[in-house]
Amino acid sequence: MSGSPTIRLRGLSKHFGGVKAVDAVDLDVRAGEFFSMLGPSGSGKTTVLRLVAGFEQPTSGSVELFGDDVTAKAAFERDVSTVFQDYALFPHMTVLDNVAYGLRVRGVRPRQRRERALQALEAVQLAHAAQRKPTQLSGGQRQRVALARASVVEPKVMLLDEPLGALDLKLREQMQVELKQIQRNLGITFVFVTHDQEEALSLSDRVAVFNNGRIEQLGTPRELYENPASLFVADFVGTSNLFTDEHAVRLIGRQGAFSIRPERLRLVTDPHAGAGNDTSGGRPSAPGTVVESIYVGSAVRCVVDLDDGPRVTVLEHNDGSRREERVRGGRIHVVWQDDDVVALVPAAS
Amino acid sequence: MTTAPSAGMTRRSAAYLATHPRVRLALILSAPLTWLALVYVVALALLLVTALWTVDGFTGQISPTWTLDNLRTVVTGALYRTVTLRTVGVALLVTVIDVVIALPIAFYMAKVASPRAQRLLVIAVLMPLWASYLVKAYAWRSVLSQDGLLNWLVAPVGLQGPGYGLPATVITLSYLWLPYVILPIYAGLEKVPNSLLEASADLGAPPWRTLSSVVLPLALPAIIAGTIFSFSLSLGDYITVTIVGGTSQMLGNLVYTNVGAANNLPLAAAIALVPIVIIFGYLALVRRTGALDNL
Repeated sequence: MSGSPTIRLRGLSKHFGGVKAVDAVDLDVRAGEFFSMLGPSGSGKTTVLRLVAGFEQPTSGSVELFGDDVTAKAAFERDVSTVFQDYALFPHMTVLDNVAYGLRVRGVRPRQRRERALQALEAVQLAHAAQRKPTQLSGGQRQRVALARASVVEPKVMLLDEPLGALDLKLREQMQVELKQIQRNLGITFVFVTHDQEEALSLSDRVAVFNNGRIEQLGTPRELYENPASLFVADFVGTSNLFTDEHAVRLIGRQGAFSIRPERLRLVTDPHAGAGNDTSGGRPSAPGTVVESIYVGSAVRCVVDLDDGPRVTVLEHNDGSRREERVRGGRIHVVWQDDDVVALVPAAS
Repeated sequence: MTTAPSAGMTRRSAAYLATHPRVRLALILSAPLTWLALVYVVALALLLVTALWTVDGFTGQISPTWTLDNLRTVVTGALYRTVTLRTVGVALLVTVIDVVIALPIAFYMAKVASPRAQRLLVIAVLMPLWASYLVKAYAWRSVLSQDGLLNWLVAPVGLQGPGYGLPATVITLSYLWLPYVILPIYAGLEKVPNSLLEASADLGAPPWRTLSSVVLPLALPAIIAGTIFSFSLSLGDYITVTIVGGTSQMLGNLVYTNVGAANNLPLAAAIALVPIVIIFGYLALVRRTGALDNL
């Protein structure tokens, strides 16, 4: 069974009443990869995770783990570990007992399980808090205890349900790095659910973008960002400037919706001026009015209302050479390269 | 012009209260605290004082002569010891029966039933409380009677109901106090997040293990709250035992006879102190286990 993927979902559906939370999802997760399920709330990503863990029974379809069909098996019979969004630490147990719980139910001897639990706590730098109760820990510490508790039983798959959602920005960025390191050190498969596209892009080997209970696109972070397959993905992954069919006809004279990333757009006061007149002559450009110009340190974010198009965001990198302020209400031209245009197919709905 | 000064007063007193939290607290608490002191502390103190008085054997009047005789009688008298043990035994048995019945019902309500079924079940549990205590006790009297429902039901398998007596008292009291035990346990289990049960299963614990290692420890304060209800209510009951208990007597009956027929209020007060002492002992015991720390 070495050829089979770690997780294989086939035709997996879950209906709650009349709502199709998960709608015929096929998915293979490979061994050892950091796999993210990305999508807005209600897109079905968490339900897929819960179906894999065994907390929900699918309406139809199958779940395979390591080549075995586990659809009919209960959660406690499945060899996966979950890190819950609310951490789900047992409030009546010490941190050490929490971490040792999985070993205790497996019948590991007291001395051995204490040793292994302490090791797991050391790995997340919390050995000193072993005798405390979960309520005495900060959010970030609880998060790390939950990780230690899930990893101490040496699962082959770790399921993480928005584990960083409750942390503040600074801590979240720090935990992202730690998560990636833990995953690399353990060499196990991580399935990570998040609604934060930046988190998904920066951590994952591959990402599945969910929408309305279906996978909208599956690919590496680069593929998703550079070549979004649909309007939905282009809009959800990163900031995008979306041009509808109508805009396309008016601006570049051909049919088909497209998108351009903010950092690929450039602002010029006069598209025909300057030395490179010949080279820039072929570049598409569109006139517009500056609505807002926001200084964000590393860049200037400029919002422009195009005369013949949508409102677009332009990200001008701060390379120190700057330059005149973009005046609100000022006239300006937005230019781009043909290569930066990503053609979109409308979202299937 | 007439409203202006009073409006100013209101504003000023509101501002004063807003900046003086202690005064505010005192004003809020004074009414309920006075009430509590009057009906509870004073009544309890009067009971204690009465227990130390005597009754004039000739006139039947209470005379405020201080004596420990009543307490001595209650502590040393064989009758009182027997009835106390019987009452505590009944109360404990009722409590155990109620907890054993209430746990699965409360667990089903809190963790298994759909939200709709959950609401219906809460109503179903509360429903018996709408009927009068006496009606329910007499209903059981008729169920348990010689040619009652129970005997009719078990007769085909060659059995016979318990008839009137202590077992009938235990059955009836268990029935009467069951809602008071189910509801706190249900509320306690409701507060346990589902993710804790899922986490336990996720870490490989089979259902019985999750129940014993996660659910029961977390529900313990709620279970104890429930037992306090069934235990203390049973301890003070004297009507049920009169209706279905045959000739059996509980502590409450002794209090009742001494207040009424025997006209010995001081002795009645002394007897009434027994369940109070027992309840305080029970609460102290519960406190010692630390089960109330998480309330």
